[in-house]
Amino acid sequence: MKRDTIGKILLGAGTGMIFGFLLHKGRAADPGAISGQLHASDSSVFKIMATASAVGAAGAHILNRSGLAPSTIKPLNTRGILLGGTAFGAGMAMLGYCPGTGMAALGAGHKDAATGALGMVAGAAAYITLYPKIKTLLEKGDAGAPTLPELTGTNPLLWVAGMAAATAAVAVILERDSTREIKT
Amino acid sequence: MEALQKKSWSPYTVGAAIGALETAAMLTAKRPLGITSAFENAVALAAGKILPEKAVNEYARTHEETPKIDWETGLVAGVVFGSMLSARLSAEKNSSRMPEISAQKEEHSGALRYATAFGGGALMMLGARMANGCTSGHGISGTMQFAASSWLFVPVIFASGAIVSKAFFGRKK
Repeated sequence: MKRDTIGKILLGAGTGMIFGFLLHKGRAADPGAISGQLHASDSSVFKIMATASAVGAAGAHILNRSGLAPSTIKPLNTRGILLGGTAFGAGMAMLGYCPGTGMAALGAGHKDAATGALGMVAGAAAYITLYPKIKTLLEKGDAGAPTLPELTGTNPLLWVAGMAAATAAVAVILERDSTREIKT
Repeated sequence: MEALQKKSWSPYTVGAAIGALETAAMLTAKRPLGITSAFENAVALAAGKILPEKAVNEYARTHEETPKIDWETGLVAGVVFGSMLSARLSAEKNSSRMPEISAQKEEHSGALRYATAFGGGALMMLGARMANGCTSGHGISGTMQFAASSWLFVPVIFASGAIVSKAFFGRKK
């Protein structure tokens, strides 16, 4: 069986422990977190994702620029993303967790996350079985793995700064609205 | 220590910490956070026992990467234990005694809830592998690198999720 070195697997486990700890503290592993987001009644999942992405954008940009880590851009398989994304969103709505928060919910002892995890194993098995038949469909019209700065011919730093500014602005608006709600 | 025992932290604090963790992962493991390819790899490795031989061979023949137990496998296991640790430290009482059914899902009986969770998990994983990523791999790791694929994926999953969620859980009130 092929595997990474034990050290690298343990590094992954340590990183995962911090990730799981954070997801739980952010209440993203609560059964209502995803459905609350989808019903627009609780935007904490959005807040976590946007802040993580804005901070990570700065970090990834620095690492990339200084050559300390390569960028890892996923391919723009438009059909795969549209079909897969539609299935993903539907499944996430039914389950009430996304893959990461589902694993965290499992750790926190939510039993529905356990059957969800079994379903995820079944879904992976279904993908492996279907893969040879749908490979061409998913990857047809391969457009490479472009980034938005590349597509628009703009400086990545503008996007990093823009992302930080947009996240900060949305946070200010959301928090102002939530304090107003409490007052009225 | 007190902070670690709190039931919840601000989503902005959590988000910023996840952003820092992403950076640390890229620096130490040369790859960002992701969850679902570990499932594909693990199932592919165990596939000889659970799937028809023909399907397994076809997959191995057409799939470019050889499945292996790797950094991300450790990551997925770590997420379970990290969340368990947080739940223990904050002495969460709801753990593992009753089926956890959120207020929004009250209309569903226990068995139906478990079946929905299973079906949802399966559909979600199938979709994630078709699209090459999930809420972590595309939603955070991809968007922070401004991958066009990820910025397409995120609106698609939330639009699809909102429609299905409304159909499933939105009728009462």
